[in-house]
Amino acid sequence: MRADQTIIREWIKPSTRVLDLGCGDGKFLRHLIDHKQVRGYGLENNHDNITACVLNHVNVIEKDIDQGLASIKDNSFDSVIMTQALQVMHRPDLIVDEMLRIGKECIVTFPNFGHWRARGYLGFRGQMPVSKFLAYSWYDTPNIHFCTFKDFEQLCVQKNIRILNRTVVDNEHQHRWWTKLWPNMLGEIAIYRITR
Amino acid sequence: MSDNIPNTPTSKQYPYDSVGLVEPQAIEFNEPLALACGRTLDQYTLMIETYGELNADKSNAILICHALSGHHHLAGYHEGDTKPGWWDSAIGPGKPIDTNKFFVVGLNNLGGCHGSSGPNQADPLTGKPYGPDFPLMTVKDWVTSQARLADHLGIWQWAAIIGGSLGGMQALQWSITYPDRLRHCMVIAAAAKLSAQNIAFNEVARQAISKDPHFYNGRYYDYDAVPKTGLMLARMVGHITYLSDDGMREKFGREMSAGKLMFDFNPQFEVESYLQYQGERFSTSFDANTYLLMTKALDYFDPASEFNHDLSLALKHVTAKFMLIAFTTDWRFAPERSREILDALMDAGKDVSYTEIDSPQGHDAFLIPIPRYMEIFHAYMGRIATDIPALAQENTHAR
Repeated sequence: MRADQTIIREWIKPSTRVLDLGCGDGKFLRHLIDHKQVRGYGLENNHDNITACVLNHVNVIEKDIDQGLASIKDNSFDSVIMTQALQVMHRPDLIVDEMLRIGKECIVTFPNFGHWRARGYLGFRGQMPVSKFLAYSWYDTPNIHFCTFKDFEQLCVQKNIRILNRTVVDNEHQHRWWTKLWPNMLGEIAIYRITR
Repeated sequence: MSDNIPNTPTSKQYPYDSVGLVEPQAIEFNEPLALACGRTLDQYTLMIETYGELNADKSNAILICHALSGHHHLAGYHEGDTKPGWWDSAIGPGKPIDTNKFFVVGLNNLGGCHGSSGPNQADPLTGKPYGPDFPLMTVKDWVTSQARLADHLGIWQWAAIIGGSLGGMQALQWSITYPDRLRHCMVIAAAAKLSAQNIAFNEVARQAISKDPHFYNGRYYDYDAVPKTGLMLARMVGHITYLSDDGMREKFGREMSAGKLMFDFNPQFEVESYLQYQGERFSTSFDANTYLLMTKALDYFDPASEFNHDLSLALKHVTAKFMLIAFTTDWRFAPERSREILDALMDAGKDVSYTEIDSPQGHDAFLIPIPRYMEIFHAYMGRIATDIPALAQENTHAR
């Protein structure tokens, strides 16, 4: 399991209703079902992932999240999770609104573009950052809306979103003491638990 | 119980993944069946076919419900036939509905024309065909009769009930009427009710049949006549709704048999000949009264109507896990129609998965072994197999 998922897992209360947006192969949701007895659905639009979810006995719904979640009723989930997908959305701000409409709490993780390595790439090389974690070139990347730790917090202020927890992890998805000192510079992946 | 005879010498000529030579059986029921229309069928016959072996605790049974023109012959070959049953692509050893694991049951619904009690069968009271006197059936009536069949076979709970189109509607109805009698429900290319457009097409078909001079108010058997033209027109208009615009363009385009305009009213575009051929073939193998009855059952289907038109309320007591499949170019029961079922199930907090298969074949796609369709079908059938109590025990040990 990815370290951001290990952190998220602790934030999910047992026997609650969970929606995982961009649930991949469904293994994380499977873990939550097996260990936290959650009832949940995964939304996914990649066909191989959908088949993998079915093989993992996870409720999977084919859906392009960019088209909105209008068919899902207000407050119908205890937690709505979206890991590492905010930056591929056409309108991340609207998706966050939708997540907060259908879920009592939302958990969002995204790559922090304010990390020193990204800054170094752009600042010194003058090129868009490419790394093991962001392994695309500017022209073929699915990641179209990068933001930094600070940017996301600003969005939360603008939208009156309450931040319940925030944490950052580094490339190896480990907490390090220094990332807490200067998260926008040293944190590679941001993890937020938010609500209205 | 099985009709599957895999080791007879004749089976050698059948494909390795076929259930081989099969035989239908007629089952008589004498307990009166009260119907939605207010009438009662005192006795009736159901034509069925089965494949695979029913396990000791009778927990591996799968019911396949048929669509408008379907019947009990799902897979394998009848003696002398060159074409297999209508869903042979999905049923057989190693196929998605694997007859090595499951006991598969197909039936011809009441009101059908393939041997079950219906308009073209003799009314035991008069000895003459029921004709238009055969009562109109609803999907719920069919489900009740199918539950009687399950009782007869000693099956308390189906491992799954699977159906496409009108068959999917029966599967959905089962989950509502008998929530604890099925573990999984697979609803393919279906809808929770017909739209005005759907009903309109059905009405065109019914008018074509009932206005045929050989229809004789449905008593054409007495006149040794067949409303062939009406049935053919009904099938032609139906067939257009089963295909997609893209699919027809791909398949026929504007191809002409003579290669040039003939300036007469004979069929000359390929699509015209194709529809005529399909209509012609259908009109000699299907019963007009059954066609009328089936389209009415489609029109009347609306399980939410008994629950204040709230589908999620209708699904409140459902315990089956659902797999919904829709096809991108299906405009008869478009993906949006499956998503209505999906939304209601999610709203009711039920287990459901949903996928859309990309295909140019329109509504017809549900009968075509499209690779991704078969892949997801296989995957979900694996889940159904692990939920068979006897198999589940083995699986927990294996995990």
